[in-house]
Amino acid sequence: MAHVSKLWRRGAFALVIAMAIALPIFAPTYYVQFAAKAMLMGMLALSLNLVVGYGGLVSLCHAAFFGLAGYVLGLMTPESAGASMWLSLPAAVLVAGAAAAVIGALSLRTRGIYFIMVTLAFGEMLFYLFHDTKIGGGSDGLYIYVKPQLAIGGATLLDLENNHAFYYLALALLAGATLLVRELVRSPFGRALCAARDNERRALSLGFPVFRVRLTAFVISGMIAGLAGYLSAAQFGFVAPQMLGWHLSATVLVMVVLGGVGTVLGPIVGAFALIGLEEALKASFEHWKLIKGLIIVALVFLAPGGIQQLAALSRAAPVERKGPPAAPQSTEALSNV
Amino acid sequence: MDAITFAVQLLNGVQYGLVLFLVASGLTLVFGILGVINLAHGAFYMLGAYFAYWISRYTGNFGLALVGGVAMAFAIGLALEQIFVKRLYGRDHLAQVLLSFGLILVIDEVRQILFGKDVHSVAAPTWLQGSIRLTDVLSYPVYRLALCAICLVLAAAIFYVIQRTKLGMVIRAGAENRDMTRALGIPFDVVNKYVFAGGIALAALGGILVSPISTVFPGMGDGMLIISFVVVVLGGIGSVAGAAIGALMIGLTDTFGKVFFPQISSILIYVLMAGVLLWRPNGLLGRKES
Repeated sequence: MAHVSKLWRRGAFALVIAMAIALPIFAPTYYVQFAAKAMLMGMLALSLNLVVGYGGLVSLCHAAFFGLAGYVLGLMTPESAGASMWLSLPAAVLVAGAAAAVIGALSLRTRGIYFIMVTLAFGEMLFYLFHDTKIGGGSDGLYIYVKPQLAIGGATLLDLENNHAFYYLALALLAGATLLVRELVRSPFGRALCAARDNERRALSLGFPVFRVRLTAFVISGMIAGLAGYLSAAQFGFVAPQMLGWHLSATVLVMVVLGGVGTVLGPIVGAFALIGLEEALKASFEHWKLIKGLIIVALVFLAPGGIQQLAALSRAAPVERKGPPAAPQSTEALSNV
Repeated sequence: MDAITFAVQLLNGVQYGLVLFLVASGLTLVFGILGVINLAHGAFYMLGAYFAYWISRYTGNFGLALVGGVAMAFAIGLALEQIFVKRLYGRDHLAQVLLSFGLILVIDEVRQILFGKDVHSVAAPTWLQGSIRLTDVLSYPVYRLALCAICLVLAAAIFYVIQRTKLGMVIRAGAENRDMTRALGIPFDVVNKYVFAGGIALAALGGILVSPISTVFPGMGDGMLIISFVVVVLGGIGSVAGAAIGALMIGLTDTFGKVFFPQISSILIYVLMAGVLLWRPNGLLGRKES
């Protein structure tokens, strides 16, 4: 979108932010909840894109970090009271990060197809851990009857039972996570991550600690996924093993590609687009999953660059790309070195 | 545990491993030769079982279900290769992941439309329905023994094709070095579609063969997909012998894990995989992929 001037883009961005802030004032509760849900999915997609888009590592276990953090909240919430957010939020994010560190350290020993399969298998291991054992209520999952409390010395700072309060908390944390990822990918660390994606051997011979850089990115990404999972569990008041399953991981991958691989904001747009689409399909068709599947297949062949490419095509702009954008080629490029 | 119980469990483990081998060998061939990651492999295992249920319900003939189910899966595989997969050979793995995920959703929903989401069972052929008495309380179903035999014959056939035939030679050359094989003028791209369809037919065959001893249900493909992945990771991508070793390791670990450590049996195979990754990141018989 080179011909859209920078000023216009900033203006459009400011408008979206203003609308996001104003939404609860005019929109019915259902839409506020829906937007909060989509924002949390956007946060999960944002985290996955750090690894997939900038690291060139196709991970299929991010739902496991998302679900794990949700289960931490579920297990820390007492029967008839809310968990303290000061304790449960850091705990959930740290557990997700620790899981990402262990899984990442093992998976990053492999490349390409292996990496995809190994992350998928470890993610499913966590799924079966919660599905088959009694840790978190087995296949029935856990209810979180009272939302986590954000209080200082007995005074409640933010009542999360209030939909608007929850919405603004999710919005603020999504903004924080987005800024974090934006700064990260622009930093020397982010450059090293991209360098390793584009040419691992060259990055290694230039002295970049490729394994450590990738693992760090994987852990940060797992922690952001955990944050999204924590908030998601708080929103729905329920966690189940499906939250950790690889179908969610793959769906989030679709969001990333839909919005544009290797752009900071793209995955959030992709999350809103896919969730909105799912909602519309569910309302109109009994076999909506069939249509969703066909749309994913069409995405792969017709618009591998995602929505941005579609927008560019519809304006008949001269920015016609052949094949996918440069970023995701990496894994193949690596194996051909 | 006495000797007979041990022997029965051993047989169960080997039999599970043999079925795993059938499914995983199809997966590893598609990975190794086409360089394509196919997440829909498990969906075809499930589809095979439903085909078996469907054909045997109308004909009452398991043999017909076996042949018909495999033929249908092979035909679907050929069609998918021609329409979709062919276009992805040069593309990155991300596109392949998304395509096969989309196909899973489509296949699952089509199955739901055609067969519903009920759990079904398939009758084994009458002459294989009995069981052999081992002691007063233990007996072993004949079908399970026949299943072992069928799987062994099929495994031998797969090894024969790959190691001893002209087709196998082209396949092995392609798995070794795709570009060099093409450069030498060997018609490697012609076999692509048969490898893909064959891989899918093997997955369906696995589903058909287990349908008389397990139930036929919608989620059966997902579990199989993950375990086949673990088998391929253990054995090494593209290595049929590696898939055989990996499949037997998983079959025995899972079966004896359920006997000795029922609490943690479901994660034992992943612990095994983690161990192999630490020791040999490219699998037991895998080549370095870089």
